[in-house]
Amino acid sequence: MGETKKISLSVNGKSYEEEVEVRFHLADFLRQQLGLTGTHLGCEHGVCGACTILLNGRSVRSCLLLAVQADGQEITTIEGIAPSEDEMHPLQEAFRDNHGLQCGFCTPGMLTTLIEFLGDNPDPTEREVREAISGNLCRCTGYQGIVAAALDAAQRLREAKGA
Amino acid sequence: MSGWKVFGSRVKRLEDPALLTGQGRFVDDIILPEMLHAAFVRSPHGHAKITEIDVEQARSMDGVHAVYTLNDFRPHLANERLVVGLPSPAYKQELDRPTLADGEVVYVGEPVAIVVADTRYIAEDAAAIVIVDYDILPAVADCRAALEDGSPLAHSTSPHNILAQFDMGYGEVDAVFESAPHVYSESMWQHRGGSHSIECRGAVSFYDPTEDLLTLYSATQAAHTAKNVLIDMLGLNENQIRVIIPDVGGGFGPKLVFYQEDVSVVLAAKLLGRPVKWTEDRREHFISTTQERDQFWEVEIAVDDDGKILGIRGSMIHDHGAYTARGINLAFNSALIVSLPYDVPCYYMDVVLAVTNKVPVTPVRGAGHPQGIFVMERLLDRAARELGIDRPEIRRRNLIPTEQLPFTKGLKTRGDAPIVLDSGDYLACMEDALGRVDFDGFPARQKKALEEGRYIGVGIANYVKGTGRGPFETVTVRIGPSGKIMVYSGAAAMGQSTHTMLTQIVAEYLGGDMSNVEVVTGDSSVVPMGIGGSASRQTVTAGSSALLAAQEVRDKALKIAAHMLEASEEDLEIEGSEIRVKGVPDLKVGLGQVAHAVAGTPGYALPGGIEPGMEATKNFMIDDLTFVNGTAAVEVEVDPETGKVSFVKYVIVHDCGTVVNPMIVDGQVIGGTAHGIGNALFEWMGYDESAQPITTNFAEYLLVSAPEMPHIELGHMESPTPLNPLGVKGVGECGVVPAPAAIISAVENALSPFGVHIDQVPLRPPEIVEKIQRAKALAS
Repeated sequence: MGETKKISLSVNGKSYEEEVEVRFHLADFLRQQLGLTGTHLGCEHGVCGACTILLNGRSVRSCLLLAVQADGQEITTIEGIAPSEDEMHPLQEAFRDNHGLQCGFCTPGMLTTLIEFLGDNPDPTEREVREAISGNLCRCTGYQGIVAAALDAAQRLREAKGA
Repeated sequence: MSGWKVFGSRVKRLEDPALLTGQGRFVDDIILPEMLHAAFVRSPHGHAKITEIDVEQARSMDGVHAVYTLNDFRPHLANERLVVGLPSPAYKQELDRPTLADGEVVYVGEPVAIVVADTRYIAEDAAAIVIVDYDILPAVADCRAALEDGSPLAHSTSPHNILAQFDMGYGEVDAVFESAPHVYSESMWQHRGGSHSIECRGAVSFYDPTEDLLTLYSATQAAHTAKNVLIDMLGLNENQIRVIIPDVGGGFGPKLVFYQEDVSVVLAAKLLGRPVKWTEDRREHFISTTQERDQFWEVEIAVDDDGKILGIRGSMIHDHGAYTARGINLAFNSALIVSLPYDVPCYYMDVVLAVTNKVPVTPVRGAGHPQGIFVMERLLDRAARELGIDRPEIRRRNLIPTEQLPFTKGLKTRGDAPIVLDSGDYLACMEDALGRVDFDGFPARQKKALEEGRYIGVGIANYVKGTGRGPFETVTVRIGPSGKIMVYSGAAAMGQSTHTMLTQIVAEYLGGDMSNVEVVTGDSSVVPMGIGGSASRQTVTAGSSALLAAQEVRDKALKIAAHMLEASEEDLEIEGSEIRVKGVPDLKVGLGQVAHAVAGTPGYALPGGIEPGMEATKNFMIDDLTFVNGTAAVEVEVDPETGKVSFVKYVIVHDCGTVVNPMIVDGQVIGGTAHGIGNALFEWMGYDESAQPITTNFAEYLLVSAPEMPHIELGHMESPTPLNPLGVKGVGECGVVPAPAAIISAVENALSPFGVHIDQVPLRPPEIVEKIQRAKALAS
């Protein structure tokens, strides 16, 4: 084992204190050390977006951050999006209803990216959604179901807020 | 369809909840106790002789458990080569991949040694200090150059660079061309690139000495193929190896192939007695996962004054790469498909597969068909232009009319079965698509756009594609005392909603409750044989087997229940997990109870003398391909300054027979279209003259992202095939097949004011600009 450092961080609302190799990138740390394998690695050079997580509410590529950089930060991964075990987030529901996923490998990054985006843009246009996910590659869907899901989720979230 | 409970409806996918909440189980998500991690030492050269491999320094590194070369593996291999090529009489030489490089490397990325360590990080560090001495040899990068006299040899031990040569055709081609009033010839270059599933390849293997069983978890499209190759290479009995496919993050063809890394990981796990994982990274995917690359075509079309096709002939050179990882099938598909949707009186194509010092070529979604369709549609556009006939009109005059189906072509499949176009209405499909892009109104739109200085164009392409390749896919339907309906199949799921599809079919006949059905696919231990996921085949093959098995289990369940309820079978219905007497809801028995009744109790006879067990296994046999068809119609705008192509409208009208789930079919067609747009405008796997790959990341190699993708408008026709009991055809590759031809036709049309002619795909922005400039220079 190489040089290590102790970090403390919050992941999906749970606190961790972990000894981590300083060269481990954040995605490897989340997946291998914390067992949170819902975050996926598709390119490890910051283009495909599959590894996107929320760091203090902002979407970041966990393959381009070292685990030690997450010291003291709050992280949300796909495992932490749903409000409870029996209930999915409206965005997750919308993905299912609109066939926004096929193999599901890019899905974690799509969801985290869109959660941030819909928070900032509750009533986006189709073009804005397409730009928002321009840093997330999907090889299965042609994006159409994903875009439909995002617009559908935006409406659900607006309605929930208005209600 | 009316009267169905779940079949044919847009039910939600069963796969989704786990995938949406991070609970999927992909191969890299598998973490086993004591697991070690592998990395590969790969050739940095396109062609070189290995003079020495020094692994000592790497082996002695802290955390490294083993470094294996072919010499280390050799005593444990019954067969050192991956013998996987599909049979064909056309081969001129056998080029099977060695487990690890055998004294000579023939492509950049070829695995030379495997390093196994505590972590992937350490394994990569150690791989970097394995010293391999190479004598660099001349490399063959271009498949045309490979066939020239005096070309370097891609393998120093080969007599030449021809992998295979074949021809196909029918009719009196030479005589027809001699007397034809019009003959137009074209030279075309086509290229498709990699699969780039967002999940790369991966393998986890472990050996269990208690059971003397090796297990391989693999992100593959074909578990049984992997199992059979491992049996062959490692000299195992069938009960000593199990291959399991976990969730797979997209396949698109290359995961169908069994690779050197797979056998190396299994052998390392066996030798070390600990689980070993290897996960391909994206750079490795670029250099070591199979691809579809260059085809160079020289083709001619003969037509009469009215644009009626008299014949087509030509030749094609196909880049095969350095080894045979699948066969001649890709080039075969390309040559076979060219003439299919049209009434072509005579046809001849001569094909050569050239060996090059590049990673092997095998099917990527579409499998050679987009290229053949591109050839045909480009020839028709050319003939239309020369004769002054509208592009749709020349197609109307030549498409095979629906009244003539089934239509037997003068060609045969690779398995020597006649090509019979089974069902569909090609002309109606095209007219629907033309209407949706308002083709008739286009000249006025183009005129107006030109006045505004904008270059818009419209293009169309018709296609057929053989789907549902046989010979079978096993499905077992079994109900045990739990009452749960289990479905086991050799099919492989990699995102196509296979579990939902099989569940819809089985549930339809066994109570209609999809939540009572559990599907297990991609596990070599659940059914003895399997073919796997490729060639848009699984709904046809596994779907048909599932239907027949479900029907048989239903019949048996009703028979037993009739005995138990003392009612006649005709009066019974299956509702949810119960069998009830119609109109008497209290008179019922659970599926589990029925299964229990035939599970056997020692010393007691089964009710009604029925055979034990509530299960059926079916292998619906199929020899003939069932042909899907459709038309893509596209309107684009091209910026002549930047070469950017924007989509004004993209329509695809298609016919894949009976539809099991319209939502899933839409998703397949749209996704395939995105792949086709990438092939048309972006994707290019580049190599330099020394066969060094030059596009090895997602900045150099462009995939289509959401802003470039237009909204795809779909039109559906439904012509059930008579070839299977469901009437279904395959759909996974439909979108990709016509896309390059339709898009290039539209771009050429947009640039018609410049007189630009396009004979290639992909067509990237700089090439568009260059073609405009060249055309301008020629004109002045």
